[in-house]
Amino acid sequence: MRHTTPKATRHVNQNEGLIFEKSSAGKAAWKLPPLDVPEIDVSKQLGSSQRKDLGNMPEVSEIEIIRHFTRLSTWNYAIDLGMYPLGSCTMKYNPRVNEAVARVEGIANAHPYQPEKISQGALRIIKTLSECLIEITGMDAITLQPAAGAHGEMTGLLMVRAYHQSKGNARKKILIPDSAHGTNPATAAMVNYAVENLKSDSRGMVDIVSLEAQMNEDVAALMLTNPNTLGVFEQDIHKIADILHANGGLLYMDGANMNALVGKVRPGDFGVDVMHLNLHKTFSTPHGGGGPGSGPVAIKKSLEPFLPAPVLVTKSDGTLGFEYNRPQSVGRVRAFFGNFGMFVRALAYIQANGPDGLRQTTEDAVLNANYIRKGVEGTFDLPYATPSMHEVVFSDKLQAKKSVRTMDIAKRLIDYGFHPYTTAFPLIVPGALMIEPTESESKEELDLFVEAMKSIAAEVEEDPQTVLDAPHSTRISRLDETAAARKPVLRWKPAV
Amino acid sequence: MRYLPKSPADREAMLKAIGLRSVDELFAPIPAEYRLARDLKIPRQMAESEIVDFFRQRARENGEDYTSFLGAGAYFHYRPVIIDSLISRGEFLTAYTPYQAEISQGTLQSIFEFQTMMCELTGMEVANASMYDGSTAAAEAVMMAVRLTGRRSVVVARSLHPEYREVLATYATHQGMPLSIAGCGDDGRVNSKELEQLITAETACVLVQSPNFFGTIEDVAAIAEIAQKNGALLVVSIAEAVSLGIVEPPRQADIVAMEAQSFGVPLGFGGPYCGVIATREKYVRQMPGRLVGQTVDKQGKRGFVLTLATREQHIRRERATSNICTNQALIALMVNIFMTVYGKVGLKELAKQNLAKTAYAAGQFAKHGKVLFSGSPRFNEFVVQTSEDPRVINARLLGHKIVGGLPLKKFYPELGNAALWCCTEMTTRSMIDTAVGFVAESERSVRPAGEEPVEEEVAR
Repeated sequence: MRHTTPKATRHVNQNEGLIFEKSSAGKAAWKLPPLDVPEIDVSKQLGSSQRKDLGNMPEVSEIEIIRHFTRLSTWNYAIDLGMYPLGSCTMKYNPRVNEAVARVEGIANAHPYQPEKISQGALRIIKTLSECLIEITGMDAITLQPAAGAHGEMTGLLMVRAYHQSKGNARKKILIPDSAHGTNPATAAMVNYAVENLKSDSRGMVDIVSLEAQMNEDVAALMLTNPNTLGVFEQDIHKIADILHANGGLLYMDGANMNALVGKVRPGDFGVDVMHLNLHKTFSTPHGGGGPGSGPVAIKKSLEPFLPAPVLVTKSDGTLGFEYNRPQSVGRVRAFFGNFGMFVRALAYIQANGPDGLRQTTEDAVLNANYIRKGVEGTFDLPYATPSMHEVVFSDKLQAKKSVRTMDIAKRLIDYGFHPYTTAFPLIVPGALMIEPTESESKEELDLFVEAMKSIAAEVEEDPQTVLDAPHSTRISRLDETAAARKPVLRWKPAV
Repeated sequence: MRYLPKSPADREAMLKAIGLRSVDELFAPIPAEYRLARDLKIPRQMAESEIVDFFRQRARENGEDYTSFLGAGAYFHYRPVIIDSLISRGEFLTAYTPYQAEISQGTLQSIFEFQTMMCELTGMEVANASMYDGSTAAAEAVMMAVRLTGRRSVVVARSLHPEYREVLATYATHQGMPLSIAGCGDDGRVNSKELEQLITAETACVLVQSPNFFGTIEDVAAIAEIAQKNGALLVVSIAEAVSLGIVEPPRQADIVAMEAQSFGVPLGFGGPYCGVIATREKYVRQMPGRLVGQTVDKQGKRGFVLTLATREQHIRRERATSNICTNQALIALMVNIFMTVYGKVGLKELAKQNLAKTAYAAGQFAKHGKVLFSGSPRFNEFVVQTSEDPRVINARLLGHKIVGGLPLKKFYPELGNAALWCCTEMTTRSMIDTAVGFVAESERSVRPAGEEPVEEEVAR
């Protein structure tokens, strides 16, 4: 390897087997208090429903569990360790006060069915967050019930369908730009809408001429990500909204990239009718290795009757409560009230920022992306020269001449101490490198990243094999994914 | 702003490097008429101490020192301290979906262990990395059965959690999936005659919950036989995971859709929780959600990767098995640590304590009110019928900082004055005795004197 990086140094980490491999009969990490009621005869209670054996469940002590998971944790890269520029995922700092307040007794232990009389605190949190998100998006109403972004998409499209249905025609299809997240078409299918692809123009934006040609009374909505997945703000947004509305269609906005807009512009002001937010992206709730998320859906007044039930209301005595009798509701999309713990964290984040902090956050996120763009431009191919907002998409066109592709560059970036960017997405850019630094990175970290990208580009020219074989510094090298899929081993089994 | 690592000088220098004079130029692509020229009308920036105060205040308004007999899909079990110690490690908390396996082995191996334990506990052959929760897992399991069988209609037990039924109805509306409801017999179990009549050659699956919403354990083997002899699949929903420590798992099921909240996940006013789908190996390619598989690296070392991604939305788009992307990984880690702490013996003992507390409580309540479905085995919930409206009794209990059982009138008006009570290992005998005392007093007050003998030893 020709390069030493100023950011990362190799160090020893511990090997650790599967927990089942540490198990042996008689070890325990639990102790129950003595029973204060009479012992029971289980077979008499349960009869043939009694379970006799728990199979290969482990038996280990507490220290072994601590070491097991601590060792595993050290094999992960995380925001807490450094820049995590995974485009479209908004890997920003997850403030620790969010975690502290989510664990306050009375919040953490509130039962969803406890009487409203003793739930006013939880309901106040839901109401305050709802009001903040309505103001931030410029919309009229909101539901916090959906459990993640894709779940929010489904909820939003259910409302779109119910809206059209109430006008006598549910319509047949959803227009989706070719740059969209995969969840968009998958969601449309779940709500039984046909998907029609919408082309991007040479600027990477919705092609207005195509939109006009494709728009008709069969189109229920356009699902638009704005800024889109190229990190480009749809400058013709007013025309797009007008074309939709003139034909009775609705404008749905995928709010995955809301981190580029908060405090600077509001979707409700530029013609959006329904949108979802990702609290785990824009509002700093932890990504947790792949969730939990939370996907509130904000809407304009015309869609309000269709909100999932129940809806939070202020009652005549001034207390808060849920209204269940919503005859036009699309129904429930999740048991209880949504991922409440994420509401607590998102509200704490909004409070820590205030209006000035949120605006500064957005400005820094956009500044960081443009700083990287400036630093890396020329070294990597920039397929769309349109101005970038919070993320920038390059391609591997120049490196592909040496047979080095975006995934190889990504793997090499690991050796430099960074988490890779998003590879091979959006699909309209062959060999995409999608970079979203977020506001959480300092100038020093960004400079190191730019330096790493340039150094890798130089390696591609001089010694492409080093890049093709990367990563070199990790516990394991590239894994055989084909074998994993061809003959799936999805659970541990004891050796026979 | 304390989360932002830049000085004004840094910002100046960066703008200069980009070749811009002001930050406003960065936002020039946004048409001027839409740009927000004012502050957002949200609370002002608060100090950390103020934020903590705000939420402590909300917690107090929530009534934080109540004890409760509520279950109904959300259970209060003890959470070992090490769960929060471990999940608070930034390497777990602040990582994302393990797309880059070389620097995500911690998350991947832990999910692989989670999948393994879920298989052991449910009696299934494969389990996924998690779903949003038990309600959406049940709906997704049903859609999976529809894909597997090519049939469209679904028979659902009325004893399935009512909110799970509502969620399924929402998912099914636009899928052209007719739902029919099989009622509950006098024994608190699915009425098998009715079930038999409802299943047709178009039935994709039967969906039951066990232990069901009333706490009653279903005869899964018998239901499986009825479903499967008609070519339908059996989907079993499990809302109380702790039951798996002592109750025979639904081995005859084709798909198990679970809510694992009981395994170390805080009640948290209803979420985030942790759904799971488990099934037979032959059905895995129709399964929704992430899956982790074992493989080897170039040197032959064992490692773990996300696998069978061709089922998923980012590859298959509108033909994916589901639109699910982000799931509940951190909550699945809580569940994983809980299962590891209790393990093979502890889970059984824990379940036994739940069973004992519930047997005691049901016995005490039966002396005064009517405990329904007593002929069938139950786990940690039971239905008590009283003469008085349980909401009235609960209002009295609330004055003593006890939350009584869930009144069922909203969900099951046919049961009259009934409430669903739940006991876990956290329920003390004195709590039970106090609650029973209130029910006894209620019965005494509404019944003519001398009609029913009241057990005197029941403590108040």
